[in-house]
Amino acid sequence: MGFFLETLIGGLMVGTLYALIAIGFVLIFKASGVFNFAQGAMVLFSALAMARFAEWIPGWLGMAPGVVGNLLAIVVTLALMVLVAWVIERFALRHLVNQEPIALLMATLGIAYLLDGLGPMVFGSAVYSINVGMPKDPVFVMDGLIPGGVMLSLEDLYAACIAALLVVCLSLFFQKTKTGRALRAVADDHQAAQSIGIPLSRIWVIVWSVAGGVALVVGIIWGSKLGVQYSLSLVALKALPVVILGGLTSLPGAIIGGLIIGVGEKLSEVYIGPMVGGGIETWFAYGLALCFLLVRPQGLFGDKIIDRV
Amino acid sequence: MTSKKIGDVILDIKNISLRFGGVKALTDISFNVKEHEIRSIIGPNGAGKSSMLNCINGVYTPQEGSITFRGQTFSHMNSRQVAEMGVARTFQNLALFKGMSVIDNIMTGRNMKIRSNLLLQALRWGPAEREEIAHREKVEHIIDFLEIQAWRKTPVGQLPYGLQKRVDLGRALAMEPQVLLLDEPMAGMNVEEKQDMCRFILDVNDEFGTTIVLIEHDMGVVMDISDRVVVLDYGKKIGDGAPDEVRDNEDVIRAYLGTAH
Repeated sequence: MGFFLETLIGGLMVGTLYALIAIGFVLIFKASGVFNFAQGAMVLFSALAMARFAEWIPGWLGMAPGVVGNLLAIVVTLALMVLVAWVIERFALRHLVNQEPIALLMATLGIAYLLDGLGPMVFGSAVYSINVGMPKDPVFVMDGLIPGGVMLSLEDLYAACIAALLVVCLSLFFQKTKTGRALRAVADDHQAAQSIGIPLSRIWVIVWSVAGGVALVVGIIWGSKLGVQYSLSLVALKALPVVILGGLTSLPGAIIGGLIIGVGEKLSEVYIGPMVGGGIETWFAYGLALCFLLVRPQGLFGDKIIDRV
Repeated sequence: MTSKKIGDVILDIKNISLRFGGVKALTDISFNVKEHEIRSIIGPNGAGKSSMLNCINGVYTPQEGSITFRGQTFSHMNSRQVAEMGVARTFQNLALFKGMSVIDNIMTGRNMKIRSNLLLQALRWGPAEREEIAHREKVEHIIDFLEIQAWRKTPVGQLPYGLQKRVDLGRALAMEPQVLLLDEPMAGMNVEEKQDMCRFILDVNDEFGTTIVLIEHDMGVVMDISDRVVVLDYGKKIGDGAPDEVRDNEDVIRAYLGTAH
């Protein structure tokens, strides 16, 4: 029982991390109707920037690395991500207004490669670490109920709380503010949005900045767990099945999809894996996503696509 | 029709020419629109009616000519500036936010008027909540006016065409425009829906005093509700005046019916 719970909790924790990346995808999709292939690259780029600024800034200012240095690094990296958003809008998106979505999709592919190359070029390509004081030690809970208790990683627990907080903030932003409404409007129809006075370019800078911010959060959490390296941009691929499962337009869907995949992956690896020779973890998510595409293509919580003919 | 006070010229279009490569969409078009009137633009398919509307709306930039709106002259404008100055429009091919509900669609029309702090909006707190309620009241008023109460929470993509046209009009009305540009608001409608739409247009004109520039193919409708009509053919203006004058204009008859050979 204890082992089962540990596997389950481990799965949930990995799931929240997948969910965090998926949120980045959902955000841009909701606000521009485009699947942003560059999300993974943005995670890597922001994590690299964060890791390096956390080293450099204390050096420049002549102080010991610590909380202040980390905070400054976060602020500077955020500013950098806003700058990246502005550049993307100015040089790519602005020219693609009222064009086919596929053009935007290809643009995000290009942006992905650009960031993948630019990040290591500017910040170096070694493996860096981010230390924002996330607790590394596990704790044991439910000692009284189950012999030996259940091991819980505090780091993962923190990550889960941050993910939840992020989702609440983003949901409020999207549903309750005029900017959120404008974002959703722009996703549906560029021309109509312009005609009612929504400034397209500003909206796009905002949404890419927010996606950059989310990428930074993901980068910090994953980076402090696994170290900052190129493979970070591949982690984003794990978020693809998550958004298929949860629905491309739903923030809660991204969370629940992430949890289902995290748990499913771990449980199937532990309990079914030995029967088929293991290795389920690597393809489980994609298999599940495939099944979902066949049965419920809009995902669990996505808007059902209705086309009047 | 009841007598109404038609005011001074609010929108003055002078010598507009618009080309797409070698295609002359509009050639030297001039006409004006007076405050509170219903001004129709008619013409056969491809005459340049929608292009004209898109020039006023800032979607297209004409190569020559100028547009004067309330005394300010422009040769180049973007859609947002036009919207800020109080010009709203509807679209020939619907351009609604299909995934959003009727209320949200119409609320987007009020977006420019929302002033309160983003953080307060997110928390629905204090002044932001009061402001939201005030805007929502306006939106509900428009929903009542257009008689679409029953569908206020329905995603627009699921509504029948006639209702979507009304939502499109509602979103434009939510901007409380001074000038409303309507691009074929009755296209594809049946007689009953057309009558409803006519009633809405006349009521908007009457109740809010909104100036209306209308593109429409249904001559019955145009002759009935317009104060003045401008006729385009192959990008050129061939007629301008009260409905009766236009109806008797030789060039107009030729454009619509052809000449005897």
